[in-house]
Amino acid sequence: MKSEHQSLIESYEGKLPLLVLEEIKEALPASVSKEKVKRILDETLASYTAAKINPGECVGLVSAESIGEPGTQMTLNTFHFAGVSEMNVTTGLPRIIEIFDAQKTIKTPMMEVYFKKEANTIEKVKAFAMELKETHFGDFASSFSLNIFEQTLSVEFNMSLLADHKMNTKDLLKALKFKSKGFTAEATTNSIVFTQKGKPEEIKDLYALKEKVRVTRVKGIKGVKQVLPVKRGEEYVVLTSGTNLNEVLMLPEVDTSRTICNDINEVYAVLGIEAARQSIINEVYKVIEAQGLNIDIRHIMLVADIMCVSGVLKGVTRYGVVSEKASVLARASFETPVRHLINAALEGEVDALTSVVENVMINQPVPLGTGLPGLITKLK
Amino acid sequence: MEIDVSNHGLVPKHTKISDAEKEKFLSSHSLSLRDLPKILITDPAIVCINVKAGDVIKIERVSMTAGTAVYYRVVVNG
Repeated sequence: MKSEHQSLIESYEGKLPLLVLEEIKEALPASVSKEKVKRILDETLASYTAAKINPGECVGLVSAESIGEPGTQMTLNTFHFAGVSEMNVTTGLPRIIEIFDAQKTIKTPMMEVYFKKEANTIEKVKAFAMELKETHFGDFASSFSLNIFEQTLSVEFNMSLLADHKMNTKDLLKALKFKSKGFTAEATTNSIVFTQKGKPEEIKDLYALKEKVRVTRVKGIKGVKQVLPVKRGEEYVVLTSGTNLNEVLMLPEVDTSRTICNDINEVYAVLGIEAARQSIINEVYKVIEAQGLNIDIRHIMLVADIMCVSGVLKGVTRYGVVSEKASVLARASFETPVRHLINAALEGEVDALTSVVENVMINQPVPLGTGLPGLITKLK
Repeated sequence: MEIDVSNHGLVPKHTKISDAEKEKFLSSHSLSLRDLPKILITDPAIVCINVKAGDVIKIERVSMTAGTAVYYRVVVNG
């Protein structure tokens, strides 16, 4: 690339998007005159300008139609096996609804945990996956036995399972952070015995203790229910079912630049509003791609922008994006019309009729396209 | 412990623009601060760049369609 071409192309920065300029740079043949480059750029600029959306164009409506129409062809299947993994993933329409509604609890929360280069060997990743998984005290136990006369609860363990996790009964007891009053605990090689100190009639407490320790987390990260190390390209990645992005990102082995989760609300809480927006786009696009549909990404970007405009993640529901609308009539036209109208009447709300829906209702020109600008007449 | 999220792939670059730049930006688009999209002061992406309510944050997004897209948000108290 000649330097004069380079500088000519650079002079178009700001007029044309960077991606387009890059494309032109790559496509230019080695021997091309400066005049021709100039002509190419001018032609590109002309078609770029012609393709730009006009002020007053109803882009939201176009987006709604463009997402809605192919959306009718989406499968309603909630479950499907993704590749080699045996994890269920919500896809199709249910997943789209989940994302656009910004639902707090999603059906299949997942994380993709990437590793730093030095930790990326199969042994290390496998060991790490074991560390990640949330394991309860009860998972290791092979049997619980209550002895009413001696007031003891003895727990036998599955020793091979413990060995797999490189733990022994002492570690377990430590991990239990044994604090319950009125009990003493003692660990032997393959069992733990809890002894009650109180009177014999308090056997109920012993039973309650059993139930309590069984569900106590002794290892792993809270919320991570299942782990699956997989090979992706040259490296190993751990897929998890259940998410806890915040805690995973704090681990030293984890590559904090790529580790992601599919729960938009969690991304919002941990990484902020901009990351949530990007995440919405990525997640929706993933579904659309998997379904073999062809929706322009700009439509999804627009929806994502609207959901994130207030700095807080808002779903496209009557409690989220729609509640932000200034007009009562517009809100009433979405869902639960009577309630909106009654509340507005009680509060004495005024509708300025500045937007589209309310003007359609009362048969006035809508502020779109040529209806948007007003005319100003000079008075003599 | 707070984690530094600025190097995460999903988080675009957030920078605070100076007051002079802010004035220039607002007047060139004939906007007021109220018209801008918002970002909470508690947002993880801006907690490490000392900001106050009313500041404008310039966000350089990596865009699939434009290469880099610049976006502005005004800091608001959550």
